[in-house]
Amino acid sequence: MPEQAHGTAGSPTLEIRDFLRRRREQIAQRWADEPLFRAVFTVSRDEAVEAGKAVVDALAQVADAERVEDPDAAGFTAVREQLARMAAARSRAGLSSAQVSAELAALRPPVENLLLEDLPDAPAEQVRACAGTLGVLMGTLRVVVTQTALSEGQALIDRQRLQLLEVATPVIKLWDGVVAVPLIGTLDSARSQVVMETLLESIVEQQARFAILDITGVPTVDSLVAQHLMKTVAAARLMGAECIVSGIRPAIAQTMVHLGLDLGNVVTRASLADALGYVLHELGVGIVTPGAKGAVTR
Amino acid sequence: MHTAAGSQARLPIRSDMDLVWVRQHVRQAAAQIGFGLVDQTKLVTAASELARNTLIYGGGGTMETEPLTDGGARGLRLTFADEGPGIADLEQALSDGFTSGEGLGLGLGGARRLVHEFAIDSAPGAGTMVRVTSWVGRPPRPREES
Ligand SMILES: Nc1ncnc2c1ncn2[C@@H]1O[C@H](COP(=O)(O)OP(=O)(O)O)[C@@H](O)[C@H]1O
Ligand SMILES: [Mg+2]
Repeated sequence: MPEQAHGTAGSPTLEIRDFLRRRREQIAQRWADEPLFRAVFTVSRDEAVEAGKAVVDALAQVADAERVEDPDAAGFTAVREQLARMAAARSRAGLSSAQVSAELAALRPPVENLLLEDLPDAPAEQVRACAGTLGVLMGTLRVVVTQTALSEGQALIDRQRLQLLEVATPVIKLWDGVVAVPLIGTLDSARSQVVMETLLESIVEQQARFAILDITGVPTVDSLVAQHLMKTVAAARLMGAECIVSGIRPAIAQTMVHLGLDLGNVVTRASLADALGYVLHELGVGIVTPGAKGAVTR
Repeated sequence: MHTAAGSQARLPIRSDMDLVWVRQHVRQAAAQIGFGLVDQTKLVTAASELARNTLIYGGGGTMETEPLTDGGARGLRLTFADEGPGIADLEQALSDGFTSGEGLGLGLGGARRLVHEFAIDSAPGAGTMVRVTSWVGRPPRPREES
């Protein structure tokens, strides 16, 4: 590590590398006083300084590899997670991504000031080149944080989506031996799998003889959705339960005909109520309508 | 024939999630242009089939939507394009029940029946382009045409 204050014959990038290594402690100290670090590391200032040093080291490594413009540079790997946690902490505190970005941008001036202190006698040309390189490097750091925060966001969405898969497939016991699943939303392959498994489980559990799949809440029935429905019906049959598909809206029925979809020998009914009526009739259950003279079997 | 101003769009088809956007986008565009509920559903379903083919067989690609006007008539054109392996035997691919994967083999033929105009351009190694157009208020085309 060069000990002199400035003026090696290296390229601006290597100048910056040397500067970062030389001023590691001071940079980290100044960053520890900036809002981004102060707000995240509330317990101890030392922690903030340590975190700052890790970022300085990463930047130095990236400069060493002469990859100052590359957010995928290996040097960033070590601090990616730390940066993501910092950004996430700030957004949890209610900051917009633009505000987080501004806090990141605020890390640059203190470093730049230190750099200028180190180059008092250097030619203007060299000062400009070094400051320019530092600017690029700090810009790349911002890109890295944004990217990482975005992929964190994606991971969060994926997790929430998985949770939704689970809560969105309630199997309802309608009657002794009769279960129903109101399907809502997109029946993609992952969802269909969950629906099928949940339904089969409850058929076993409830010893159900009938299972009603209500698709009133499914916006599109294309050939894949139909295929999933038919697979579910076939599997339920193997478990000894008959499936009824209800809630096929007129527009969907017409579309299915054009598409060439045929649910085969699956019993279909217009509504969940009609499906339940059919099932109760099959079970030989009579329904007494209040106010009517006698028992009505639907 | 002119392209109506605005609402032209190009959507990526790279994941299952993109298929959801494709369907939503087509439904919105179709509703805006004035398609009724049944025709919206047909167009969305055709788009769902074609976009899934783009994803599964074409290895991903794009969908472009283009609102059209022709005299007083208004329509919507959807173009699905990928740079995948292409289709060697178009007639076979279009026939009901044929699948090289695990589908029902109804996507291409079904999509053709769901729209007014259907064009496909594909060759082995040259990717696949499927373009469909439907017009507001026009009756479904006769079955034998498909
Ligand atoms: N974009 C595409 N690229 C390559 N092959 C395709 C494409 N679209 C359709 N195909 C071929 O045409 C066949 C029929 O497609 P389709 O009618 O949608 O039925 P399925 O999707 O059930 O296989 C597919 O199995 C595939 O071999
Ligand atoms: Mg298909």
